Amino acid sequence: MELTPTPEQRSFRDEVRAWLRGNMPRQWTARLAASSDVPRAEAYDLLRDWQRRLHAAGFIGLTWPREYGGRGLTFMEEMILAEEMALAKAPPVLNILGIGMAGPTIIAYGTEEQKKRYLPKILSADEIWCQGYSEPNAGSDLASLQTRAVRDGREYVVDGQKVWTSLAHTSDWMMLLARTDPDAPRHKGITYFLLDMHLPGVTVKPLRQITGDAEFNEVFFDGVRVHDSQVLGGVNNGWAVGMTTLMYERLALGFGLQMRLRIALDGLIEMARRAEKAGHAVTKDPVLRQKIAQLWIDTECLKYTGARAITRLLKGEMPGPEASTGKMGWVETHQRLQELAMEIQGPYAQLVKGSDWAVEDGLWQHAFLRSRANSIEGGTTEIQKNIIGERVLGLPKG
Amino acid sequence: MNFGFSEEQELLRATARKFLENECPSSTVRKLMDTPEGTTPEFWAKLAEQGWLGLIFPEAYGGVGLGVVDLVVLMEEMGRVVMPGPYLSTVLLGGLALLEAGSEAQKKQWLPKIAAGETRATLALTEPNARWDAQGVTATAAATGGGAFTLSGTKLFVPDAHVADLLVVAARTGPGAVGAAAGSEDGVSLFLVPRRAPGLEVTLLPTMDQTRKLCEVKLAGVRVPADALLGVAGQGWRPLRRVLERATVALCAEMCGGAQRVLEMTTEYAKIRIAFGKPIGAYQGVKHKAADMLVEVENAKSITYYTAWAVDENAPDATLAVSMAKACVSDAYRRVAGAGIQLHGGIGFTWEHDLHLYFKRAKSSEFTFGDATHHRERVAQLINL
Repeated sequence: MELTPTPEQRSFRDEVRAWLRGNMPRQWTARLAASSDVPRAEAYDLLRDWQRRLHAAGFIGLTWPREYGGRGLTFMEEMILAEEMALAKAPPVLNILGIGMAGPTIIAYGTEEQKKRYLPKILSADEIWCQGYSEPNAGSDLASLQTRAVRDGREYVVDGQKVWTSLAHTSDWMMLLARTDPDAPRHKGITYFLLDMHLPGVTVKPLRQITGDAEFNEVFFDGVRVHDSQVLGGVNNGWAVGMTTLMYERLALGFGLQMRLRIALDGLIEMARRAEKAGHAVTKDPVLRQKIAQLWIDTECLKYTGARAITRLLKGEMPGPEASTGKMGWVETHQRLQELAMEIQGPYAQLVKGSDWAVEDGLWQHAFLRSRANSIEGGTTEIQKNIIGERVLGLPKG
Repeated sequence: MNFGFSEEQELLRATARKFLENECPSSTVRKLMDTPEGTTPEFWAKLAEQGWLGLIFPEAYGGVGLGVVDLVVLMEEMGRVVMPGPYLSTVLLGGLALLEAGSEAQKKQWLPKIAAGETRATLALTEPNARWDAQGVTATAAATGGGAFTLSGTKLFVPDAHVADLLVVAARTGPGAVGAAAGSEDGVSLFLVPRRAPGLEVTLLPTMDQTRKLCEVKLAGVRVPADALLGVAGQGWRPLRRVLERATVALCAEMCGGAQRVLEMTTEYAKIRIAFGKPIGAYQGVKHKAADMLVEVENAKSITYYTAWAVDENAPDATLAVSMAKACVSDAYRRVAGAGIQLHGGIGFTWEHDLHLYFKRAKSSEFTFGDATHHRERVAQLINL
């Protein structure tokens, strides 16, 4: 066991830290406390600009091959970057689905042309990506998806509907799973397409969420014609390609989640220091001290569980059981954190943005409501538990 | 970064697992826990032969000179079989106290004997007030001239005092023993006292976890000579804290090993037990609980491994890490052991099944060196809440 950083890692950390010190966007500071959240509509321009500047400085796509705009580094540097961004309370990157999911899947399955065409623009935030998996009748049971893609010459004609599609309204491209062989067994007849969201026949309808925002959408396909060069990883091989995306999702997004949890916890402690309960600071309340300390402990545990997973990756092994626990652990901890933020505020928890009495302009209220999605998006907690039970513990399928 | 174990450590794990499976199956555990000693001279001699009684003592004192990360590997395996006997008390409490606080002569005299299995030791720290901090030490050591002391007080929850040859006793010396300074870290002294010293009375207490023997130790004017003092008079708390930190990591590792075994037993059972025509592990009510158990066990291991490294390296956050680990692992082992019984159903509640050994060990371990509530408060202090 050797956790002391090498001189190279230390100098990479210094490089990141120095850059962040001089380049944090000034407008972001007001949003700090609840910035464990995903980007809200009004922040898009700021976040796109932020990603561009990170990219210009060489901090986007650290693990990607150099020939496609990456830096050819390891997950170790990725972890250092995430830690430093958390310490600096830096904003998240906008094109998170492109960087965390579409890109790695294209690297794994794409043709040379596809890699050259898509990867650099993902990194530079010139093209934003969304993920077209879930449908009204295919959520956790993804393999029952019904969106069709019917071959017509060199093209496929896509008809159907996706739902809960985050960022679709601002996206240029979609990772689309569609059924290309309705007669094959359900996992075998699916193909993975790289779909241009600006094609005729694509309609995006925002869905209003419990936060009041509309960050996710319904997406309708009405005779959308997609060229067959847009197939990724082979016709009717979409299930395997799609699962690769999900593996990267849990892996790569883990760094971001860890970062956001840390920022949120620091923000919560700052708020707790200022808040009073029964005449004394919340941080001096014996019960709330216990709850805050528990969140601190859980956050650190998740960090080290993540570090164990990275060790396996660095050794070239597949992620072990500790990797599959990451998302579940993060979700549970983050939701508990947001509940505690409300408890600390007491009756003020009821007030949202717009009231002068609202705590920190209602940012925590938004984050609290948004956190309910955590245990649903990216695979529900119930599905994660099935995966752990069946693939890690070897329990029989139901 | 390498957050994994070395080949040597994996070899130690394999050796320990094979040894303990052969020498300490649950039939043996049950036999031993029914005896007052909790071990046999033969078994103890075999632990010495393996080098485990001196694993983390320097070679100069008859030890193997390994670190806490190595110790973690061994402790996980011992916890896996709920090994009874005075290992924790002798090696990690009495032994480490000698190593941390003792003079060169004291270390040379006793540590090789502990490593060889000839001498057993323990630490008499806690009292009826059940505190793990310096304030809990109220037993007194009155100077009687010529460097000699007379010890008085009652020590409680002392592990394996009834089979120890030597007790390291924490007591207050000098003006700190009474008055305004009482309760501070200054004034705590450590004494090396033979169990057969006149005035020292040991009573074995009946405990829920029969694999861990706890004692009451009464000190009724026990007279000790000058060379019984371990380290500097009044300055015993600092070395003691280092002892407790390492013993706590070791205990956490032992708990992780036990929790891992409960998870395995439960998973194995859920695959073969049929209800309503299917293995119960196919039902999400069972499967999801098993997944929760895995998450608890993996997080408990992660923080324990990190803490072992931090303690070995004297990392700035080592003390914080120890408290994070004990808080996390205390809750995790208790919940995992409880869930194990639940998922086994009626058979899990029988004396015949081994689960209760783990469930009870989880409970005794929870309160050893401070429970989760105690350590969460320590965390709160250390992060300046």
